[in-house]
Amino acid sequence: MAELTYRQAVAAGIAQEMDRDPLVVFIGEDIGAAGGVFKTTEGLFERFGPERIRDTPISEQAIVGAVMGAAMTGLRPIGELMFSDFFAVAWDMVANQIAKTRYMTDGQVSLPLVLRTANGGGLRFGAQHSQSVESWAMAIPGLKVVAPSTPADMLGLMAAAIRDPDPVIVCEHKALFAVKGEVPDGEHVVPLGQARIARPGSDCTIVALAAMVPRALEAAERLAAEAGISAEVIDLRTLIPLDARTILDSLARTGRLFTVEENPRVLGWGAEIVSIAADEGFDSLDAPLVRITAPQVPLASAAVLEDLAMPSVERIAATVRRRLDEAR
Amino acid sequence: MAGELSVSRDARLAMYRTMVECRTFEERAQQLFFEGLVRGTTHLGNGQEAVAAGFAGAMRADDYTFCTYRGHNHTLARGVPMAPIFAELFGRGSGLMGGKGGSMHLTSVEHGAMGSYAIVGAHLPIAVGAAWSAQYRKSGQVAVCFFGDGATNIGAFHEALNLAAVWRVPAVFVCENNQYMEYTAIGSVTAVERPAADRAAAYGLEAIVVDGNDVRAVHEVARTAIDAARAGDGPALIEALTYRHGGHSRADPGKYRPDAEVQAWLARDPIPAERARLLAEGVREAELARIEAEATAAVAAAEAIARDGPEPDPATLETELWSDGGSAWRN
Ligand SMILES: Cc1ncc(C[n+]2csc(CCOP(=O)(O)OP(=O)(O)O)c2C)c(N)n1
Ligand SMILES: [Mg+2]
Repeated sequence: MAELTYRQAVAAGIAQEMDRDPLVVFIGEDIGAAGGVFKTTEGLFERFGPERIRDTPISEQAIVGAVMGAAMTGLRPIGELMFSDFFAVAWDMVANQIAKTRYMTDGQVSLPLVLRTANGGGLRFGAQHSQSVESWAMAIPGLKVVAPSTPADMLGLMAAAIRDPDPVIVCEHKALFAVKGEVPDGEHVVPLGQARIARPGSDCTIVALAAMVPRALEAAERLAAEAGISAEVIDLRTLIPLDARTILDSLARTGRLFTVEENPRVLGWGAEIVSIAADEGFDSLDAPLVRITAPQVPLASAAVLEDLAMPSVERIAATVRRRLDEAR
Repeated sequence: MAGELSVSRDARLAMYRTMVECRTFEERAQQLFFEGLVRGTTHLGNGQEAVAAGFAGAMRADDYTFCTYRGHNHTLARGVPMAPIFAELFGRGSGLMGGKGGSMHLTSVEHGAMGSYAIVGAHLPIAVGAAWSAQYRKSGQVAVCFFGDGATNIGAFHEALNLAAVWRVPAVFVCENNQYMEYTAIGSVTAVERPAADRAAAYGLEAIVVDGNDVRAVHEVARTAIDAARAGDGPALIEALTYRHGGHSRADPGKYRPDAEVQAWLARDPIPAERARLLAEGVREAELARIEAEATAAVAAAEAIARDGPEPDPATLETELWSDGGSAWRN
């Protein structure tokens, strides 16, 4: 076991796959000698050289479009969008071209590509550098969406995303880059579509993603210590494919379901989860389904306002405790 | 310039045949649209055949074509059979893409026809990616990307040309300047006179303008650009001046175009012009008439096959989203 930061796990995942497959290539802004603005790609340029690791101009449509064209003609390209907010600049390429082309051509075109991006809030960057865009991507048929919460998962899910024969968007959470964790030795791959029970529990189920996972875990510890509540925490890991089975099984044991989402309220990924739970888990429900989200506003930059918007450990713990009390 | 290049008699006749097949196909497609058999929309390439034929004649079998929703000509010119194209226009399960794409998205990867794209300008960056892939794999392939004059004012055009030039990828960008976008003349919304060629210098490229209604002139610039790209000399941007004989799409009569302008361009129809040249060079009338008759027969036969094709199997609604053939998004 080695200890890596979440940031180092990004490069480690890419390097593991580039070592194994010469068709894997990687492009983006400042990713080469500079090592990425978040230093997530440090060492790759030195190791794999300018043919496989290429800096691009500030041309998000060209980055995403070129990745698509390379994928449809035999490469397994990775493209970086420096901040996930910049997906909006290239959304035609993502939503109209990459997502639809396999279906529209009845399977003639395969797109084994990865778009990686720094996603999420908490760094006081303001509304255009802090969004959680995973729910945008989730809504488009034809895109797979990954959002790891630990270094081990970052490495293993990155590897799975690169090996996957279809387009995968990897959301790397900015607030987690410095987090350290154990990563297994040797080749490590975490299959897409398998949620992880991060903490077993029996009184309620809390489903979280990316940076909300450590917060949900801390809230669960507090609930146990302060109120004797046993909360099960599920790290969703991937939104598409969605591991609904693990959530429904957990709900069957606990009878209560919470989602913790840092995205704004309307149509965040948790809305799909509670819709599935209401439909298929109805007989298991002992209480209303509860979504803990940001309010329906852009993220503000001031610390006080941003912290108020994103679900905090305190808000998660207080909401769970209050809703469980009400249901008693 | 035209006529000087060493193009064999067979190659000239092949390009003539391609133009005639495209024209015959498009005229029938238009009739079938009016009859209601072709649904949705069509964007016909009548009048612009010389661009498709001149370029296809200069491409290697494994080169890539990227084109727009006005893509029937380019798809046919790569050798894609007519029957599955008709069937796709009819919305049949036997269509080129099983009825999932339609007129605007004709694709046949096995023929190098890498897709018809319906968002203006989107396929230019994608073509850069295919050319980058060819460069990386050292395959010697070239990506040829066709687009309209209107596409020169969208951001993707500029992003793609810059990246292609910086990376020196084997891509040839071909602007089919047919003078109009949908209903508005390109000149009335563009800061320069030649929407593509006048921008070439911004990307360190040569400004190349060609008579897009002269199949031999097109072929010559195509060969030069494609050979150079294949040799590693980087991309090219070519502006081919042409005109669509009909409206933009569907039943558009094109009334926004002055009569005199339309008449002048109809008089420069690329097909009769090439026919006259072939006759003057000694090709026999009977040989050209045979090519024309064969095109008519081929279109009729393809239409009949397509008409007999089945409706799509409802089970295909949820297939081929993913590489496993299905569309599952959850367990
Ligand atoms: C991004 C985008 N904007 C607008 C349209 C609608 N539209 C379809 S074709 C067209 C005209 C395009 O003109 P041009 O590029 O000259 O190609 P032509 O149709 O003449 O071949 C327009 C505006 C579109 N499909 N995509
Ligand atoms: Mg036009």
